[in-house]
Amino acid sequence: MKISFPHMGISYIAFKHLLEELGYEVIVPPNPTKRTLTYGVKYAPEFACMPFKILLGNYIEVLEKGAEILITSGGVGPCRAGLYGVVHEKILKDIGYEFSMIVLEPPLENFRDFSKRVLVLKQKGIRWTSFLHEVKNAWMKLKLLDKVEQTVNKVRARELNKGQTTKVFNEVLKMIDEARSREEIFKVQKEAIDLLNSVPQDFSREPLKVGIIGEIYVVLEPHVNFDIERFLGERDVYVDRSIYITDYVRFAVWDKKGEDHIKKAAQPYLKQMIGGHGIQSVGETVLYALNGYDGVIQLAPFTCIPEIVSKSILAKVSRDLDIPVLTINIDEQTGEAGVQTRLEAFIDLIKQKKYAKEHAKEKEKGRLYESVYGY
Amino acid sequence: MPPKIGFPMTLTYFTQFPLWKTFFTELGFEFVTSQPTNKLILNNGIKETVTDACIPIKLFHGHVIALKNKVDYIFIPRMVNIDKEKHITFCPKFLGLPDMIRASISNLPPILEVSLDKKNQGKLFLYKACRLLGRQLGKPYNKVFQAYLKAVRFQKKFEDFLVSKKITPVEAIDYFFRNKGNGIKKVINRGNSLKNDENDLNIAVVGYPYQIYDSYVSADIINFLRKRNVRVWTLEMIPSSLLKRYARRLPKKLFWHFSNKVVWASYHFIEQPFIDGIIHVSAFGCGPDAMVGKLVELECKERKFPFLNITIDEHTGEAGIVTRIEAFIDMLRYRRTA
Ligand code: SF4
Ligand code: SF4
Repeated sequence: MKISFPHMGISYIAFKHLLEELGYEVIVPPNPTKRTLTYGVKYAPEFACMPFKILLGNYIEVLEKGAEILITSGGVGPCRAGLYGVVHEKILKDIGYEFSMIVLEPPLENFRDFSKRVLVLKQKGIRWTSFLHEVKNAWMKLKLLDKVEQTVNKVRARELNKGQTTKVFNEVLKMIDEARSREEIFKVQKEAIDLLNSVPQDFSREPLKVGIIGEIYVVLEPHVNFDIERFLGERDVYVDRSIYITDYVRFAVWDKKGEDHIKKAAQPYLKQMIGGHGIQSVGETVLYALNGYDGVIQLAPFTCIPEIVSKSILAKVSRDLDIPVLTINIDEQTGEAGVQTRLEAFIDLIKQKKYAKEHAKEKEKGRLYESVYGY
Repeated sequence: MPPKIGFPMTLTYFTQFPLWKTFFTELGFEFVTSQPTNKLILNNGIKETVTDACIPIKLFHGHVIALKNKVDYIFIPRMVNIDKEKHITFCPKFLGLPDMIRASISNLPPILEVSLDKKNQGKLFLYKACRLLGRQLGKPYNKVFQAYLKAVRFQKKFEDFLVSKKITPVEAIDYFFRNKGNGIKKVINRGNSLKNDENDLNIAVVGYPYQIYDSYVSADIINFLRKRNVRVWTLEMIPSSLLKRYARRLPKKLFWHFSNKVVWASYHFIEQPFIDGIIHVSAFGCGPDAMVGKLVELECKERKFPFLNITIDEHTGEAGIVTRIEAFIDMLRYRRTA
């Protein structure tokens, strides 16, 4: 059976691993491109959110390649993502494709249903123990991928030769993809991070610090957000991404309280969970401000409901806590050049702000010096 | 003079006005609303909101601004969950509404805010909300309780009235609260004599109440249709017990209160032999509607049922919409005779 799933950043490596080891023929979804989006726009409702359109386009691409099963995640809202599966299936069947769709709902809501669907994936002839073993392997890979991305962001902001980190990053991804058994995964875990850390860096540099918040899909998918992390990193900015896929899975699946501190931080501005990453966007901006970040960038798909709410509120947070916030709306018309100009302007802005602050500090020190030593 | 509480005339106004009006009036307040939507309200709203917000939310900001200097409190209920299923909440913009207003409009009078949240507060959520309001306003419990009972009873009467008389909430509110005299009697009589009048088409207009009943944003579609001898059906005219039966049609319920109602009502209307067609009025920039509209459209397509979608934005003039609706009516009449 040919099987496929939605493309979301580099997580495909882990999902591919799992499904292949379970005995499926996996069609890896292609990186989302302009063409993907064109397909999506053609069949999706106009005001559907951007991730909806891209996933739809992606599905069409893999169905054209012969996929017979599509797996995706569900969710219980209140945002639209939880309904993606249902509506996608209807639209694709209306176009005339034949396939079956497996929507995995979070197990906390309905464990029976979840296990039933997961078990569909377990083909005959695969033993229980090896099934669980492979699930664990895939999870380890997923965690490793997150760690790799974090390391990349740290290294890239200080790299001496522009672009080198990215090159190593791509090699590392290949290594992870090729690791099959548990031992190999263990081995690559260590190697990957070491390799990245060995990229020559300038440790005297104190990079600007920027936090990235927003809707999960556009934050995780570099092909959709114009590879913003790389763009900033190569301009000597340290990027902290607020969302990683393993955290997301953890919070959605077993660790419901894991995000409480973020929600608490949002309290003065937003008192209610509003779905998507709405409340997290507000809370994380507050936290970034408290932790001395120089700026925050919000990535929001056009018409994304929770991000519209948080955007309205972020203006006030930014004023109150004196932290610059740049919102980038992403839709089919957004051009790469435009986004990059805005990012550059933003970097200039926070740089000046930082210097002004440091300058004030120096002056303050000078005054203190004078008052102590009298000259 | 009793203190004034202001209620924006949009969003929940069309479904809950009688409840809150009765409640606050019983407690001895003057409960006023803003004017019906007009150009100024819309423009003010557009100014205060982020560009990609939907029209209803922009309007809500506009209505709050209109009330701002005229009242002592502004009442904004936070609608969270009022359905039996705990997953069905309101659109995220309803959930964050008071916070959004606070962040974007300055110099506001105090906001009376209360959550209607069955999921966390249990069956008595409405009573608890009322009690909280009473406490915020410093009213004694027994009085609050009486006002609550009266309000709930009246709200029920109002909802039943819509179903039995087949009229719109706006007409019913006019009838109960604004004493508009004979005009309303006529409307209600028309509702009574549904069987034998001169109207030959039956069209269901589905959409969010704050879209279709706000005559400014909907190009007054209901009266427009009526003038052309069309009998108009809306989802408030369906008894809610009947409506809920359609919940099982979808493999998964939508997450939003109003959206569910729209989908269920559409399924209901498609099945009624006397309904000739469905018009779905969706809001410009509305997230949930993108899903709702597609579901309804695909269902109609599958059953070969006449369907028209109109989307109203801040710029489209009435003219374009009018032409499309007229073409739709003509098509239905033609289909009838052919
Ligand atoms: S969070 Fe935004 S992008 Fe995601 S489903 Fe909701 S509206 Fe769409
Ligand atoms: S349901 Fe649609 S129109 Fe209503 S508030 Fe939400 S986005 Fe706006």
